[in-house]
Amino acid sequence: MTALIFFIFAGIAVFCGINLVVQTHPIASALSLVGVMGSLAVLYLQLGGEFIAMAQVIVYAGAIMVLFVFVIMLLNAGAEATTFQVSRFVKYLGAILLAAFLGLISLMIQSTLPRTEGVLFGAWQGTTLDVGRKLFTAYLLPFEVTSVLILIAIVGAIVLARKEI
Amino acid sequence: MPLNAAVPLSWYLILSAILFALGVAGFIFRRNIITVFMSIELMLNAVNLSFVTFSYQFKQVDGHIYSFFVMVVAAAEAAVGLAIILTVFKNRATLMIDEVNSMKY
Amino acid sequence: MILENFFVLTLIKVAVVAFVLLTTLAYLQWIERKVIAHVQLRVGPYRVGPHGLLQPLADVVKLITKEGLIPSHVNRLFYLLAPFVAVALALTSIAVIPFGPQITIGPVTTWMQLTDLRIGVLFVLAVSSIGVYGVALGGWASNNKYSLLGGLRSSAQMISYELPLALAVAAPLLLTNTLDFRDIVNYQSGYWLGFIPRWNLFPEILGFIVFLIAGFAETNRVPFDLPEAENELVAGFHTEYSSMNFAAFFMAEYANMVTVTAVATLLFLGGWTPPFPEPYSDFIPIILFALAGLVALYHGLNPVRRMDKFTLPATALVFLGIAAIFGLSLFVPVAKAILMALFWFCGKILVLLFVFIWVRATLPRFRYDQLMRFAWTGLFPLSMFNLLVTSLVVALTSK
Repeated sequence: MTALIFFIFAGIAVFCGINLVVQTHPIASALSLVGVMGSLAVLYLQLGGEFIAMAQVIVYAGAIMVLFVFVIMLLNAGAEATTFQVSRFVKYLGAILLAAFLGLISLMIQSTLPRTEGVLFGAWQGTTLDVGRKLFTAYLLPFEVTSVLILIAIVGAIVLARKEI
Repeated sequence: MPLNAAVPLSWYLILSAILFALGVAGFIFRRNIITVFMSIELMLNAVNLSFVTFSYQFKQVDGHIYSFFVMVVAAAEAAVGLAIILTVFKNRATLMIDEVNSMKY
Repeated sequence: MILENFFVLTLIKVAVVAFVLLTTLAYLQWIERKVIAHVQLRVGPYRVGPHGLLQPLADVVKLITKEGLIPSHVNRLFYLLAPFVAVALALTSIAVIPFGPQITIGPVTTWMQLTDLRIGVLFVLAVSSIGVYGVALGGWASNNKYSLLGGLRSSAQMISYELPLALAVAAPLLLTNTLDFRDIVNYQSGYWLGFIPRWNLFPEILGFIVFLIAGFAETNRVPFDLPEAENELVAGFHTEYSSMNFAAFFMAEYANMVTVTAVATLLFLGGWTPPFPEPYSDFIPIILFALAGLVALYHGLNPVRRMDKFTLPATALVFLGIAAIFGLSLFVPVAKAILMALFWFCGKILVLLFVFIWVRATLPRFRYDQLMRFAWTGLFPLSMFNLLVTSLVVALTSK
């Protein structure tokens, strides 16, 4: 079951990632990115990160990407015209080189990681209780600093988007 | 591979590498500034997957907490970045990064 | 045996819940039209079936057989995707709502819930966050200035009110220390002083009010329904939709209403726990339905309209039959557990839905800038204040 879910959602993630890079209209790219985030949320659930999976959907896919979609709709961004032409030879060579590069990276990763047990759905769960406990004791300072960071971002965004600029 | 088998951890990292490479490709080759920004978000997501994978390997939730901070920083960056994009659009009336190529117009 | 297999059991539960939910959505519209009509001193749907009871069926037939017109200049993929996303997500969040305690029917022991997620509250918040896409895409894909404006305003309203909603939800979570809906309801069982129920309503009355107001805005209901009102912006984001696509948006709105009231009941009103201690509260459904039956019978004996000579005694028989079922179930523990839990849970949801419909009949709607100002300068500080006071009290009184 774990392997099946991994293949399905990893396939969806890679397909949506390629779609993001290839599509000309920004809205199609934005929705492909939402697809990537959704499938990554399922993979986080598989890796026992239940809180992170839900935070990914609520914060990333549900708020940040909605902001992207708003800006694209407001600016009425149209499809991008591709003006740089490459020959077919370069495109095929690029695809082969990319595949070779990714194969090399995969080999490197596979060889350096210890052959311990694999991932099984439910073998370990990082509960919200553990995350909350660590967040408010060991990582309290970064937590408070990120809240100040969000405040700075809010003030900056409001100042930048005002009318008299 | 049988359906009940455990998935090796390295496969999650390979998926993270593939997504990161796709993000870099989008960042370099696309010319619409919003698509460039979305490629940055794809790169951040790939890094989040790495964090959660290593957190599973060591059976600790620290990776989840780093991932949470990455999400918060991405949110702040998205807000400010989109405000900058709106301002650039208001001044230059274009979203192509090739056309924003002079300091004064 | 095959019934104890998890997948088969869940499929049976899904079939039951889906059937009941879709029927409820259709008849919720009937209830809404009747209640608004009687508030406005008119009758409402009356001719299609006795007292308009077949009106939802007629509406469904009309919507299915209407010509599904797809305008030529729309972006087809997103135009067809938007109502699908809206309806699918609205119906998905029912999966984590528990309807009752654990029951044992014959050899099978199961929970009255489709899935028991440890992070149920976060799941409902996540699904409602993604539900914004249905509205935004529907408005944009229609290639129409009014739809785009309506869609943008509606989705901006939904994400603005998600913040007070989440903060109002966080306050009872501080008390119950869990994100699982079933544990939240179990925390609220029991009684103070023997007769006051331990619902989260009493310490968190401000949170409940904030949650309901934010719930009105999340589901685009009056007084926050400017983006889809009939006399503003044509019809907002669903201007260009017809037949089943429009019906999908409609169903999504009612399903969202049911979800918001169900979550409010579970978090604040104690779910399926009765407001009085156990042996006395068993008689309340019997008394209520018997009273309703007797009132219908009394009005049926000297009817005002000609048809009422038949319909009102029939209604009286139905109500007295339900009262008899509740009475008989007192002797069968399995049926008693199911029926009592369902009665209290659905009763509380129906009371909250009646409040939703009552507010729609009564209040005027907010202007858009008043709406956004109310969210950011009114409701958000109020929910923050509620959360701060709750966390202060919990920190001082625990240990």
